[in-house]
Amino acid sequence: MFTWLLRRLFQACFVVLAMTIIVFIGVHVIGNPVDILISPEADQAERAKIIAEMGLDRPLWQQYAYFLGGALHGDLGRSFVFNEPALKLIGGRMPATLELAVTAVLMSMCFGIPLGLYAGLKPNGILGRVIMSGSILGFSLPSFWVGLMLIMTFAVQLGWLPSTGRGETAEILGVRWSFLTWDGLRHMAMPALNLSLYNISLVLRLTRAGVRETLPMDYIKFARAKGLSPARVIFVHVLKNIMIPVVTVLGLELGTTIAFAVVTESVFAWPGMGKLIIDSINVLDRPVIVAYLMMIVLIFITINLVVDILYTVLDPRVRLETKA
Amino acid sequence: MVWGFRVLTRAMAILAVSAIGVRAQTLTIASSAPVTSMDPHYHTLTPNISAHGHIFDRLIDQDAAGRMIPNLALSWTLRDDRTWELKLRDAKFHDGSAFTAEDVAYTLARVPTVKNSPASFQIYTRAVIGTEILDPHTILLKTAAPYPLLPQDLLQVFMLPHKLGAEPANEDFNNGKNTIGTGPFRFVSYQPGSRIALDRNDLYWGAKPHWAHVDYRLISNEAARTASLLAGDVGIIEFVPPADLAKLRQDPKIVLSEIVSNRSIYLWLDHAHDGTMPEVTGPNGEVLPKNPLKDLRVRQALSLAINRAGIVDRVMEGAAIPTKQYLPPGNSNHVNDLLPDPYQPDRAKQLLTEAGFPNGFRIVLHGPNDRYVNDAKIVQAVAQMWQRIGVQTTVDTMPWSSYATRAGKQEFAAFLLGWGVNSGEGTNPLRAQIATWNPERGLGTANRGRYSNPAVDALLDKAMTTMDRGERDKIVLQTMKLAMNDVPAIMLHLQKNIWATRKGLTYVARVDEETRATGVMESKP
Repeated sequence: MFTWLLRRLFQACFVVLAMTIIVFIGVHVIGNPVDILISPEADQAERAKIIAEMGLDRPLWQQYAYFLGGALHGDLGRSFVFNEPALKLIGGRMPATLELAVTAVLMSMCFGIPLGLYAGLKPNGILGRVIMSGSILGFSLPSFWVGLMLIMTFAVQLGWLPSTGRGETAEILGVRWSFLTWDGLRHMAMPALNLSLYNISLVLRLTRAGVRETLPMDYIKFARAKGLSPARVIFVHVLKNIMIPVVTVLGLELGTTIAFAVVTESVFAWPGMGKLIIDSINVLDRPVIVAYLMMIVLIFITINLVVDILYTVLDPRVRLETKA
Repeated sequence: MVWGFRVLTRAMAILAVSAIGVRAQTLTIASSAPVTSMDPHYHTLTPNISAHGHIFDRLIDQDAAGRMIPNLALSWTLRDDRTWELKLRDAKFHDGSAFTAEDVAYTLARVPTVKNSPASFQIYTRAVIGTEILDPHTILLKTAAPYPLLPQDLLQVFMLPHKLGAEPANEDFNNGKNTIGTGPFRFVSYQPGSRIALDRNDLYWGAKPHWAHVDYRLISNEAARTASLLAGDVGIIEFVPPADLAKLRQDPKIVLSEIVSNRSIYLWLDHAHDGTMPEVTGPNGEVLPKNPLKDLRVRQALSLAINRAGIVDRVMEGAAIPTKQYLPPGNSNHVNDLLPDPYQPDRAKQLLTEAGFPNGFRIVLHGPNDRYVNDAKIVQAVAQMWQRIGVQTTVDTMPWSSYATRAGKQEFAAFLLGWGVNSGEGTNPLRAQIATWNPERGLGTANRGRYSNPAVDALLDKAMTTMDRGERDKIVLQTMKLAMNDVPAIMLHLQKNIWATRKGLTYVARVDEETRATGVMESKP
C-alpha cells in the first residue's frame, strides 16, 4: 500500500511539472498579455514599464525558473489582471464550483441509478423505453442550449426560479455556501440540473447495461432459486456487482464537472472557477491559468486515488499492491 | 366561489404591489464584463470605471452626450499656459471627512505609485508635474509644457481621501476598508466575478440618489443577460446583443434606450511595407514589387466597394451608423462635411484600373472573433464586397488574445479594429492612431498600420499647443478632414450603445458606455 501510494505521488509530481511547462510555452506562443490588458491610450514607454513589472521582458526559461522558485515556497504568482495571489483567487471561486459539481453528481446518482435499474429490469416496458429514449436527449443536447431553455421556461415563462446568479449565501468556516439558504438552493436548482443531465444519462445507461448483463448470470438464478426476496437479489446481488463501472465513471465525471463546468457557469452567471479560467485564458493571465490547471491535475489524481480505494471496498478481489 | 376567487386575486394584487414597493428601493443592474478591482486607480477598463463611478467622484465629469461638466471641481481655468486653477466644491467623503484640495494633491501623487497595474491611470496624471494648494477649495496644477487636454485627462481620475496614507493596499479596496469616495453610493461588498452591493450615500453633495440599494451583477453571457431581464430578475442590462434587438423592440415589458457612441469600427491598412507585402499578392498569387495599399486610389477603391448601409442594417441589426471619422455627429470635433464613403463598386473598379490593377489583387483580411460586436461577421461581409470589385479576399479571424499581439507587429495587410474615444475629444484618436509612430514623443501608439503623413503631424502639433478651446477645435477639424480623406484606415461605422430596462424604468443612454444607477429613473405611469 505504501509503495503504491509513493509511486502515485511521484507520478503526480511529474504530471504537474509537465503541465506547467506546456502552459508556459503555450501562453508564450499565443501572444503577449500586455497587448490585451494595457490601455489602448498608453504610450510605448508605459508599455515597456508594464512588461518589465510583470517580468515578461526576461527570456522564457528565466520566467519559468522564477515561477518554479516561487512554487516551491507555495507562491504561484499574482494574477496579472486582479493583482491578487492566483491561489487565493481560485480558492475564492472554488466553493461555488464545488457545491455545484457535487450537487450535480449527487443528482446524477439519485436519478441515474434508480432509473437505470428500472430500465434494466423492465427493458420492454413503455416506461423503460421512454427512459432510454430520454437519456439519448440527455447526452446529445448541447448544455448551453438546454441551460437557456431552462431559463426561458422556469424563469421567464413560469417565473418559478431566479434566472441567474448565486443568490444568498451562508458562511461556514469562513467559506460562503449557497446550499445552506433557501434562496441559494433556488438559484442552484437550474444550473445543477443542467450540469447533471449528461451525467444522469450516462449513469442510467451504465446501470441498465450492467443490470441486463448480470440478470442472466448463474449466481442470480441460484439466489432466486434459493428463495431470496426479489429486493435482496436486486439490491445486494445485482446492484453491488454492477457498481464498479458506475463508481469509476462517477469519479471521473466529478473531476470533469469541477474542471469544465464553464458552459453552465457562464449561462447561469454562476461565479465559479470555470468562468475565471475562461476569462483568464482570454486575457492570457498566466499565473491563474497555471495555478488552476495544477489544481485540476491534483483533483483528478486524488479522485482516481479514491476510486481505486473504493474498488477494494466494492470488490474484495481487487488488491492495490500490483505485483509487476 | 366567484367571490372567493375575487378576494384571492385582490389579496394577490395587494401582495404584488407591496412586493414592488419593497423592490422599488433596490435597483439591479446586469453588467457585461467583470470588474477586476475596486481600486479606482488600478486598471483603466470601462467596466471598472463604470462601477467605480458610483462610489468615487471625478473632478470633472461628462454628461450623457459626452460634454464636460463640473463635478468636484466647480471650475477649471488657465492662469498661464502651464498653470490650471481649479475651484473645488464642498463635499464629504463617506466617512464624514471633508473633501479638500489636499485630497486632490494626494490622489494625483498616488496614481503613479499603484503597484502591478496592467493598465495604469498614470497616462492621465503624468502631465501634472506639481500642485500648489492655495486654500482648501483652490488648487493649482502645473504642467511642464502647455497642455490643453488636462481637463479631458482628469475625466478619468477618481478622487480618494488623503487619510488613506502612503501606498494604500490594493486588496483593501476589495474588502471595503479603503473604498471611501464622495460619490452617490457607498460600498457594501464586492464579490469578484459576481456582484457589487452599494447603498445610497446620504451625505452626497448632489441630488439625492433615487435608489436606496444597488445590486450590480455580472452576467457576461449575452443570452443570459437578456433572459434575466425578461425574467424580471434585473431592472436594466447594458450592451444589449444586436441579435435580440428586434425581439426586445416589440416586447411591451421592455424599454430600450440608445445613443451613437464614440466607438468606431474600421479596417486598418498596412502602410509599413514599401516594397513587397507578403499578404498582398497579384491576381494569380505572384509577388508584387510594391505594396498596393500605399496607393491612395487603391485605398479609396477598397472603401468605395463597401456597402456600409448594408452592414449596419443586416450585420449590426441597426445598432450602428456609417462613418468616415472617429466621433459622432453633434460632437464639437465631428467634421460635418466629411460624409461616409458611398457604395460605388463601379467607381472602385475604375480606380483600381487607374492604379494599375485592372484584374485586382489578392489580400488577406484579418479580424478578431471575440472582441467587437459581430467582428467576424463584419469581416466576412467586407470580404464578399471586395470580391465583387475583383480583389480576391481571404478571411482569417482569431481570438483577441492572439490577434492583439500579431496586429501590433505589422504582420497583417488589412485588419479590423475599434477605437473608443473616452474623452470625446478629437486629438485623442489623431495622436494615438494617425500620428507617425514615435516612441520618444509617445505619438502613434496605436498606429498599427504605421501610417505617416507629415502634414497631419504638423497640424496636430499645432493643435496640441493651442490652449484656446475654440481655436483648437478649428485646427482639429482641419486635421481630421485632411487625415481621413487620405484614407489611412477604412472607417466602417460607429456603434450604438444600447441599454434595455424593464417597463417602468428609463435610462438616459450615455455616449461613454457607462451604466450609472443615477441615470436610471422610474417613469411616471
